[in-house]
Amino acid sequence: MLERLKEFASEFFVTGDPLIYGADVAIGITMITIVAVLTYFKKWGWLWRNWLTTVDHKKIGIMYIIASIIMLFRGGVDALMMRLQLAMPNMDFLHPEHYNQVFTTHGTIMILFMAMPFMFGLFNVIVPLQIGARDVAFPFLNALSFWLFFLGAMLFNLSFVIGGSPDAGWLSYPPLSELSHSPGVGQNFYIWGIQISGIGSLATGINFLVTIIKMRAPGMKWMKMPMFTWSVFSTCIIILFAFPILTVTLALLFLDRFAGAHFFTLDLGGNPMMYINLIWMWGHPEVYIVVLPAFGVFSEIVSTFSKKKLFGYKSMVFAMLIISFLSFFTWAHHFFTMGSGADVNAFFAVTTMLIAIPTGVKIFNWLFTMFRGRIRMDTPMLWTLAFIPCFIVGGMTGVMLSVAPADFQFHNSYFLIAHFHQVLIGGVVFGYFAGLYYWWPKMFGFQLPEKLGKWAFWTWNIGFYVCFMPQYAVGLMGMTRRLSTYGWDTGWWELNFVSTIGAFLMGVGFLFQVAQIADGIRKYKTLKASGDPWGGRTLEWSIPSPAPEYNFAITPRGDDIDEWWEEKERRAKGIYPPEQPLEPIHMPKNSAIPFIMSICWFVAGFGFVFGWLWMAILGLAGVGICMIARSFSYDTDYYIPVDEIKRTEASLRGSV
Amino acid sequence: MNKKPRSLIRIIIPVVLTLVTIALIVWPMLAGGQYVVLDPKGPVGASQRDLIVISTILCAVVIVPVLILSAVIVWRYRDKPDNKSAYEPNWSHSTKAEAIWWTVPIIIIGLLAVVTIRYTYDLEPSKPLASEKAPVTIQVSSLDWKWLFMYPEQGIATVNTLNIPADRPVKFELTADSPMNSFWIPQLGGQIYTMSGMAMTLYLQADHEGQYWGSGANFTGEHFAQMRFDVNATSEEDFDKWVTEVKQQSQPLTQETYKTLAEPGTSNVAYYSSFPEGLFQDIVTKYVIDGQSAHSKHGEASGAKEITTQDVDKSAN
Repeated sequence: MLERLKEFASEFFVTGDPLIYGADVAIGITMITIVAVLTYFKKWGWLWRNWLTTVDHKKIGIMYIIASIIMLFRGGVDALMMRLQLAMPNMDFLHPEHYNQVFTTHGTIMILFMAMPFMFGLFNVIVPLQIGARDVAFPFLNALSFWLFFLGAMLFNLSFVIGGSPDAGWLSYPPLSELSHSPGVGQNFYIWGIQISGIGSLATGINFLVTIIKMRAPGMKWMKMPMFTWSVFSTCIIILFAFPILTVTLALLFLDRFAGAHFFTLDLGGNPMMYINLIWMWGHPEVYIVVLPAFGVFSEIVSTFSKKKLFGYKSMVFAMLIISFLSFFTWAHHFFTMGSGADVNAFFAVTTMLIAIPTGVKIFNWLFTMFRGRIRMDTPMLWTLAFIPCFIVGGMTGVMLSVAPADFQFHNSYFLIAHFHQVLIGGVVFGYFAGLYYWWPKMFGFQLPEKLGKWAFWTWNIGFYVCFMPQYAVGLMGMTRRLSTYGWDTGWWELNFVSTIGAFLMGVGFLFQVAQIADGIRKYKTLKASGDPWGGRTLEWSIPSPAPEYNFAITPRGDDIDEWWEEKERRAKGIYPPEQPLEPIHMPKNSAIPFIMSICWFVAGFGFVFGWLWMAILGLAGVGICMIARSFSYDTDYYIPVDEIKRTEASLRGSV
Repeated sequence: MNKKPRSLIRIIIPVVLTLVTIALIVWPMLAGGQYVVLDPKGPVGASQRDLIVISTILCAVVIVPVLILSAVIVWRYRDKPDNKSAYEPNWSHSTKAEAIWWTVPIIIIGLLAVVTIRYTYDLEPSKPLASEKAPVTIQVSSLDWKWLFMYPEQGIATVNTLNIPADRPVKFELTADSPMNSFWIPQLGGQIYTMSGMAMTLYLQADHEGQYWGSGANFTGEHFAQMRFDVNATSEEDFDKWVTEVKQQSQPLTQETYKTLAEPGTSNVAYYSSFPEGLFQDIVTKYVIDGQSAHSKHGEASGAKEITTQDVDKSAN
């Protein structure tokens, strides 16, 4: 019996690597500390009532962002381990199998569990405030989306201490990801982690689409919507069409692995290329999913910090919608070398290049928003300014990659790696950082200290160029991606060494940001923010910071793109809006079901990962019970009385 | 007074670091010309290098002015009390300006698209190269974690090393008996995937004798990093001499040795005096059932040769 238990444990837990033992200990200590702190300060009730069961979009947004930053840390540590391994030829830091796991989880985590939740976090915190709404269209579904994402991400992350990580690359091409080549549970973790969180992502996309269509303030016509809201809208359209493809693709891969189907294996008539086409039909639009909201963030910031109206609003909207349409006609550029022939390659080369046109237009519009403005260099604006050259260069190398016959030389080389990191870090990460700094006061009611923020900014940026510029060069020297090691004879080591230094500089930049946030929390009383700390232009700046749970005491109007700016101008001239009586506000009640239902999904996923059908059935039964329970719960809303609104407003506005 | 040195440092740090990076990039180029992609030794690689240069210049025509423009705008309109440049907070539209920056990218992308389409047809990998000499055929199969090269005309095979005659087109026929890989010899020209159940064609040529190297570019698992091979481009006589040597001095590749070879694992360089007839076709048609092509349900791809069992029968005769 003991022997069997031992044998089970040695397969169940990942063993044999000192790095992972270290991680085991660290995870254990963190868990114990969290439990101890919560118990000592008697915070379990607070945690449950205020966070785990909340349906408040602002709190959900904050949880998304916290989770995303933790994942940024994990994905970042993965990146540093890879760079350390590649710093010198014949490095013996990670053995090949471990290296393969590290780059697989790095890619998956950064795109799906870092970029996506950061983006959803910003959606949640800002969109309802910007369109003058009190909540999202489906608050309960919103909470469910978050918990599905979170538990999916946790399931995926578990793989590194239990069972073993996936190691077939972040898109897991078959047959490498099939049972024949990956017999372990790693790929199952990949499938179920993404699948569970992907359901959440699809639901969020639908939720925000409906929110933007149905819940805008009176007067806010389509062409009066703030730019960030437009970017969210175009993103949600892409989500709506792209994520179902991912769900189906992963489900088919799961059937291959679990039920012996042959969708993607050549024996018995399947085809691995089918998977590659399908996964990129989701995967390339996914890139635009994460970058479009960043464009929205930049549009808001450029205009606010240049104290000027956004230039070419209509062009911007048009460009965004074109990008979301074209994003579905680019997937094949990921395999120009597949031999699909000149017709297909020429078509996808041109459709890929076309995206550069609307993107270029946006850059010009941002530049001309600054033109004849007054540019202030606070941290949100710094990140925006850093984005512009970074994205221009990254965009240019992207166009170079889209030239199909030239891509035969670039494909799978470090040139490609440098390109996509430049657009994803320069565009997406810089954008979300800018957004986080910009809206931080609105989320938490205090401003972050700027000095550490500037240190973070410079180390990140210098680190970025030192890390990725050499990778373009090393790509032209013939270095291919996903190599776990290379020899002295290649002549690649100097540039790799420099690149590693750059990566660690970015790590230092991250630490500065953590220090900045810690410093801000320590001094939050002295850093208290007004409702409108930056001289904002859109509706979210018209209410106190942090926003009260009902957002707007009185439903605002949205007659202008820069409604709040115009309102301030009117007030300066002494024109005030007519007083409106307060009315009780209708709000959704908290619910434990999203949290419990997601845990049931987690249990089901875990069961599927290990092929324990009893556990999977138990989990799915739990999911079913939660759905039934929800359909019978009628007491889901309440009204905030006028007195309470008055008290809240007085205390929030009084302290400003 | 206090402010000046601080802002100077702020400029100096990034400038110094950028210069260091540029220096590190330029230095190896001056030192030994290891930018293999930009230093092609054959017609395919040379066309691709030209295309890379053309596309870079076309892109640079737009982005360099834009980079300069952004620096100027940010500097000129920064929020300083003594800044006297114009401030027009409500200026947010100009049809003329927007027409210009819709048109310019459209023209540039249009030009690039024309160039790309032309080159895409010219450089289609399965298109034979213009040459007076008949091409040498080499059958390539990527295995888990090694390369098998078969020379049907010479009747020999090698593992992880490739000999070709210089100045003569080489017709590579490629497949895989492993997850999809990508066959790449940067100095001769761009890569193409090796895929199970497919026979791809790639024409390359070395204009000069010399030793180049090739590798697998698409990840295939644990020891993927070991899939590098040398390419020796020699004169026609040396090539023939080498073939004779291999024939005399090596063991044959049998079905049994192939089976062992195809098992996952790394391998040293190896030479075989012969190989089983139709081995390449056997690998390609490994998954074919009942005389049907594995890909019969998918449209005919111009680069890929569909091989059915009938074809194999023909080639065996």
